[in-house]
Amino acid sequence: MTNIPLRTLHMARFTARGFLRMDAVVPPALNARFLADVGHPPDDAVDNLWQHYGRIMQTSAIPLVIPGTPLADAYPEGSAVAELLALPAVRGAINSLVGEGCVVDHHFLHITFPGRLHASAGLPHNAQVNHQDSTIDPRQAFDVQIMYFPHDVTLEMGGTRFIPGTHLRVVSEAAIARYQNVRGQQHMVCKAGTLLFLHHGIWHGGGRNDSERLRYMFKIRLCPTAPQSRLWDTSDLDALSQPRPIFWTGGKGNQETIESVLMQPEPWFEADTGRLEYINRIRLWRYLSGNPGYDADYWLTRVENEQAG
Amino acid sequence: MTCQRQNILILYLESSALDARTIGWSLYEGASDARHDAGDADEPPYPTGLAALRDGWRLLQMSPLIPHVPGDEFRTSYLKYEFLFEKLIDIDPAGGAR
Repeated sequence: MTNIPLRTLHMARFTARGFLRMDAVVPPALNARFLADVGHPPDDAVDNLWQHYGRIMQTSAIPLVIPGTPLADAYPEGSAVAELLALPAVRGAINSLVGEGCVVDHHFLHITFPGRLHASAGLPHNAQVNHQDSTIDPRQAFDVQIMYFPHDVTLEMGGTRFIPGTHLRVVSEAAIARYQNVRGQQHMVCKAGTLLFLHHGIWHGGGRNDSERLRYMFKIRLCPTAPQSRLWDTSDLDALSQPRPIFWTGGKGNQETIESVLMQPEPWFEADTGRLEYINRIRLWRYLSGNPGYDADYWLTRVENEQAG
Repeated sequence: MTCQRQNILILYLESSALDARTIGWSLYEGASDARHDAGDADEPPYPTGLAALRDGWRLLQMSPLIPHVPGDEFRTSYLKYEFLFEKLIDIDPAGGAR
């Protein structure tokens, strides 16, 4: 099967917002096979949180993967994970974001348990705090985290919460735990087989599962091994880059272009640092497009103009 | 006999002005068993910091304005405009909040 690479506006949206969502892209039979592979029993058969995690960790078909293993070698041929990663739209997105030679950093099956199992384990039943994964990471290059939701996720089940556009902020993991709620936060409510591709820096956390069912989410972190420059279908790149008037705009400009996407604010933007977000998006687009002179709405040209000095 | 307990409200505003729009918020209640969790509300309790003042919250602290470090002017990290409020609640140790 031929991979389906991302298009330029997909990449611009990922640059601006730090995520790409593919709803129900994994077919139902593959979702069922994944859940069978990990050893998910009927929900009412689980009565101990620790025992369930321990059993799945020891007996599931999820392989043990050493960090740095090429993605091509990480999953046994014919396994549910290998097959979902080989779907043309999925493989095309992976190649577009982190390249064909990407390697696995780690993977993990997150299980969010209903309140009754927290209570019986003597644990508080809370949402996970907002955090940025790993540690302080000021790179321009980026890793991608794929979140796979193998069954329907309702609002009650506490699907992963994330805050679009926070991925370029350099913070230290759970130092942001004090931020309980941020305008524009999204909660994953989705059909089975949905994938969420996240920039490694995006602020996120697991929701509290207020349903009676166990919630599963399988996450894979992938790292590039080569510059992430022009890895997508760039056939529309030039046509979608259109310098435009700024501030005094004449009220025109409804067409979606790279510039209109990169200059779209988020509801949580501060008045002043929102402009720094634009600048950092432009810098990321320079890296992705391989064009060190790229600018949108004159933000970087203005502050890089040393002629008067 | 009564005593007092502290409720804490943290608002993150769009700028350093106290009447700027709320973009983030957190609530911790020392005066009750109520628990506020990450992601538990998509709309803020107050549209601005001034609205919280007018509802009886006392401002304890606001973020200082700090000059930018040379070479690091364009880096963004933590939310910049944090405002910390409190309410002191009278408690009857035998019966909870009064």
